[in-house]
Amino acid sequence: MEHDVLDGTETADRAGARVVNLTVNGERRGGLAPVRMTLADFLRHELGLTGTHLGCEHGVCGACTVIMDGAAVRSCLLLAVQADGATIETIEGLAPGREGGTGSEDGQDDELGPLQQAFHRNHALQCGFCTGGFLMSVTAALRDAPVETDDEAREVLSGNICRCTGYAGMIRAVRETSDEIYGPGLDGTARNGANS
Amino acid sequence: MKPPRFTYHAPGTVAEALSLLDEHGDQGKVLAGGQSLLPVLSFRLATPEHLIDINRLPGLDEITRLTSGGWRIPALVRQRQAERSPRLAASAPLLTEALTQVAHPQIRNRGTICGSLAHADASAEMPAVMLALNARMTIASAAGTRVVGADDFFVFHMTTAIEANELLLSAEFDDPAPRTYTSFTEFAPRKGDFCLAGVAASVTFAGDGTVAGSRVVAAGVAATPLRLTAVEELIIGSALDAGVLAAAKQAVSDTVDPSGDVHADAEYRRQLVSVLVARALGTVQEKAVRAGDAGQDGKPGNVKEDGKNGA
Amino acid sequence: MSATTRAPEAGEAHGAPERMIGARIERREDYRLLTGHGKFLDDLEMPADTCEAAFLRSPHGHARILGIDTSAALDVPGVLGVFTGEDVQPMMKPLPAKVAHPDLQDIARLPMALDAVHYVGEPVAVVIAVSRYIAEDAADLIEVDYEPLPAISSTAAALAPGAPLAHEGARDNIAVHVTQRAGDPEAAFAAAPHVLSETFTVVRGGGHSMECRAVAARFDTVTGQLVVWDSTQAPHYARNALANLYDMPEDDIRLIAPPDVGGGFGPKAQFYGEEAVIPWVAMQLRKPVKWIEDRRENFMSAMMERTQVHRIQVAFDDDGKLIALKDVFEHDQGAYVAGLQVPMITLTTVPGQYKIPNIHTELYSCFTNMVPTSSVRGAGRPQAVAAMERMMDRVAEYLHMDPAEIRRRNLIQADEFPYKVGLIFRDGSPLTYDSGNYPEVLEGTLARLDYESWRARQASLRAEGRHIGIGIACYVEGCGLGPYEGAKVRLTNSGEILVTLAAAPQGQGYETVYAQIAADALGLDMKYIRVTTGDTGRIPFGQGTFASRITATCGPAVLQASQEMRDRIFSTAAVMLKVEGKNFVFRDNRVTLADDETASVTLQQITQVANVGKHGITMLRGVRAGLETQAYFSPERAAYASGAHAVVVEVDPETGKTEILKYVIGHDCGTVINPLLVDGQVLGGFAAGIGNAMYEEQFYDAAAQPLTTSYLDFSLPSSVEVPPVELFHVQSPSPLNPLGAKGAGEGGTIPAPAAIANAVEDALRPLGARINEMPVTPPKIVGAITRARS
Repeated sequence: MEHDVLDGTETADRAGARVVNLTVNGERRGGLAPVRMTLADFLRHELGLTGTHLGCEHGVCGACTVIMDGAAVRSCLLLAVQADGATIETIEGLAPGREGGTGSEDGQDDELGPLQQAFHRNHALQCGFCTGGFLMSVTAALRDAPVETDDEAREVLSGNICRCTGYAGMIRAVRETSDEIYGPGLDGTARNGANS
Repeated sequence: MKPPRFTYHAPGTVAEALSLLDEHGDQGKVLAGGQSLLPVLSFRLATPEHLIDINRLPGLDEITRLTSGGWRIPALVRQRQAERSPRLAASAPLLTEALTQVAHPQIRNRGTICGSLAHADASAEMPAVMLALNARMTIASAAGTRVVGADDFFVFHMTTAIEANELLLSAEFDDPAPRTYTSFTEFAPRKGDFCLAGVAASVTFAGDGTVAGSRVVAAGVAATPLRLTAVEELIIGSALDAGVLAAAKQAVSDTVDPSGDVHADAEYRRQLVSVLVARALGTVQEKAVRAGDAGQDGKPGNVKEDGKNGA
Repeated sequence: MSATTRAPEAGEAHGAPERMIGARIERREDYRLLTGHGKFLDDLEMPADTCEAAFLRSPHGHARILGIDTSAALDVPGVLGVFTGEDVQPMMKPLPAKVAHPDLQDIARLPMALDAVHYVGEPVAVVIAVSRYIAEDAADLIEVDYEPLPAISSTAAALAPGAPLAHEGARDNIAVHVTQRAGDPEAAFAAAPHVLSETFTVVRGGGHSMECRAVAARFDTVTGQLVVWDSTQAPHYARNALANLYDMPEDDIRLIAPPDVGGGFGPKAQFYGEEAVIPWVAMQLRKPVKWIEDRRENFMSAMMERTQVHRIQVAFDDDGKLIALKDVFEHDQGAYVAGLQVPMITLTTVPGQYKIPNIHTELYSCFTNMVPTSSVRGAGRPQAVAAMERMMDRVAEYLHMDPAEIRRRNLIQADEFPYKVGLIFRDGSPLTYDSGNYPEVLEGTLARLDYESWRARQASLRAEGRHIGIGIACYVEGCGLGPYEGAKVRLTNSGEILVTLAAAPQGQGYETVYAQIAADALGLDMKYIRVTTGDTGRIPFGQGTFASRITATCGPAVLQASQEMRDRIFSTAAVMLKVEGKNFVFRDNRVTLADDETASVTLQQITQVANVGKHGITMLRGVRAGLETQAYFSPERAAYASGAHAVVVEVDPETGKTEILKYVIGHDCGTVINPLLVDGQVLGGFAAGIGNAMYEEQFYDAAAQPLTTSYLDFSLPSSVEVPPVELFHVQSPSPLNPLGAKGAGEGGTIPAPAAIANAVEDALRPLGARINEMPVTPPKIVGAITRARS
């Protein structure tokens, strides 16, 4: 949303707008946010970080999940002004992605982090709309503790909704990434696991 | 689904917040965790003219011990923070057990315990738990503070004793008596959903392995969390054997009057809550037996002399 | 035509491409999606002066509009315009049903309500403002004077004698009444040794793609051309609808489905009023306009499937052989017929995998005052399968026969294809199953479930007080529908092969799969091939992604166009290398003689000669200019995928909780092009099936008010609710297309509600509880047990 378009509008909204300064993916960023603007909309439209998506705007689907001050949160349930001074991580910051990259077989994987590579390998995404939220939820969870069984993986994934994949690939991806970070899980390594 | 316009305040002290509530409380809402309020705003189910964001208020985000033995949970303690407190888990396992059932970690990272109490959804976990723990809520206004016990705090659907110009500052509860065992259980369509019924039970055993007293609370079957006094009275002096559990189940069924909705009819909720009560009490009994504070099969033998607080 | 791919075997020679069809290739789309650079509609960088829209929607199920006052809304700073039905009348024409019927009582569906509203959520006005926030503020200020009318909230209400009309002035509340027959059902029922009757109600929900609907448009006043971005499954269908509504030449409207669309599942294959209003408003305002649907709107006004009530009878003999089937069902069509495909599919899917000589299926499609219904993954098949498969279990119970055995005795056998069912399919052709091996799939499914072992243990488990049940469901799935689908293949000026599909993806991996198919057809490494999709400006004709049809139609089109391109490239190379009658192959991005790799030309050189040319210089003799081919594939008729699900559950009769202990899916979609993606489709469909089976239920009250309008009321399965599945494939290639492919998108969904309902009833058989409604939820289970007791 641009706030510099029409006379009158600017005033009406600017009266209820505040400067928001925050750190996003390691960079100092800032903008002017109408006080009622959600953090999700601020990230997407003020900061141009469109990798965080809106699936429900009432905190259930999880597509808008980002990491704020180290904790996974629903950016649709935060006002942008509440994030002043905060440290935010979004999907764009997980790996040094290239704008416009369409991917090819040669070395693309090198530019993805371990979790992203695991998602790719295991076909843990189809339409991709929910993917950002899942990656951030899982990233936060894996920083906390290893995921040692498929049931634990399901728990970690249960705060986000996907309508395309049926979660099977995601469960493997979470297990494989946890194994990479922490070592093999309780029921053997994930890659040997049957039916996930 | 964008929030409507409001004037936003971010007070830096409690006094400032209370002053704002005095001025704007009628037309305003307090923003703490925001996990219940933001959806209300996004759906435009409410259009408050003022939003008073208390997240910057100092001194409200630490769980503290009461000198008299117990815990104080101030307004900005996040659910996830409480959930991960080992001391709380050891001392108030009912609360910890219930917290793991609240929505999902992403919600608990922001949602506050006091916020859930003030929101007072009768299906929610925190109101039922605080009623079971006989908590005391400290409510502040510009005129001063007052304390309201849990039995009087929850008034109706989404309605508490908090007045428009008041702020819930903290909830506190005492350490349980020795030989107290607890169980929280709920049944929801999916894990993390609002429950169709839930039970928070805290049972204290006497030295002879029988029940000395209890607080048994149901969620989701009335306009507020509901003390199941019929059950509490019924189980006094008994061991929680199969016969008593069956009687308790019947007592619940006879006394609750849930309303139904499209998700679950009244009869289902009635049956569900009675089953959950029986199961919660059964779990409590098992914990007491394991700890030696109750006898196997309700027989009073093998009970420890000195008793202990139990999980 | 036969499919002969002439690519060399993998590894045969340096630079030779590997065989792609059947290979588990990881997706190209993933990179941008995993790094937050997806191109969903609301992510696209639109022009700086783009405005946003918010719709005001009807709060009533049925009401007359007496007047609309938009003055307060227009006064809100930042609002550029407010349009009501009256304001957009110049472009309003009825939106035709996507699938119709000669007997249809067709009631005009307008892009926006004019004199009356017929469902909660129907668009009544639209506000255009500088932001969505402000647009919603203004929409709240529009005053509409409604005169509420009685509303029809169910098919029973629609069909009740003396019922009020869902539409004033209509003949009645029946949109269409269709009967399909084979053999002589009346006589068969009259003479049959055994007849069972039952009523089953199946409720399904919305598609609930994670991205809601979205439309944006920009009108170029200089060229008079309109560009529309639309998260649609059917770009050409939408473009054609707009050309008709606006009386504009089709080439002046370019409709683009963004490269990324966040799920479709059926609701985005329909054409909605919003898609007509937004571009028109953009033209009036001379400003780009964007509408991003929010989830509340999606709950209320995106099309969904809803309720079917099946009154089904089967006649059978002492051995359990089916003699006759009769199924009369009511379908909730909603306030308008957006398309009849769902109930028409149900009508012909009921017989399923069984040999049934006498069939009577009868549809009452009813008008109600709720949002129109249309396809959601499964598209009417889950309901048909539910009715038939529930009935098969009842027949088994009646005869004290094993449910697996009753099915075995009635399955169409592997040597009986092509099999004519005796009915007419939705696409007008005689219902004919092209290929399949139902017994192999069923036995394989049961074996992996350990069916015999579970049956043997069931009695002892019951004695322990455990309520364990086993459910089976078999299905067929008409897919790969016509009329056609198309692709163009061009060698670009940079020496790359560009495959242009008319079809638009919503996560199916077209950029990868069709590069695989083209690679095999060309014999060229996939890395020199790029795929683009869903843009009417790039290819003039197309149908859309729905009904699991693209692999079977677009696949052959890409195959054919690629094979022709291979011929064109090689004949150009022959001229350039001055050789004749020789075999050529690709090595990396060069064309060489098969037996002499020193003679070669690059794709770049070829394009220079055939496409770019030299200004003013004569073409090389024998070279045809312009290396572009195109193909449109029309299947002779629908292909038939098939499969079986089997499940073991444990039910807690006190709470109604159902736990899935084991689930097996046997799946036959013909040739599997990319196993990774096909498995993804089946398992994704399975999650949707679990939702239909156990969780997703829409509710409306007697005034047709929706009671489930958010995810706080409506449960989509999360990873915890979707159990692990053992999935195996049987490949019965389809003779109807050169790839032998069928569809894979819906097989995971279709029989799941039936399988689970069968299993739950089996678990509760000692209690006599009957499960007649799907989804099966804990309250319904407890209710069924209570009823059985009394």
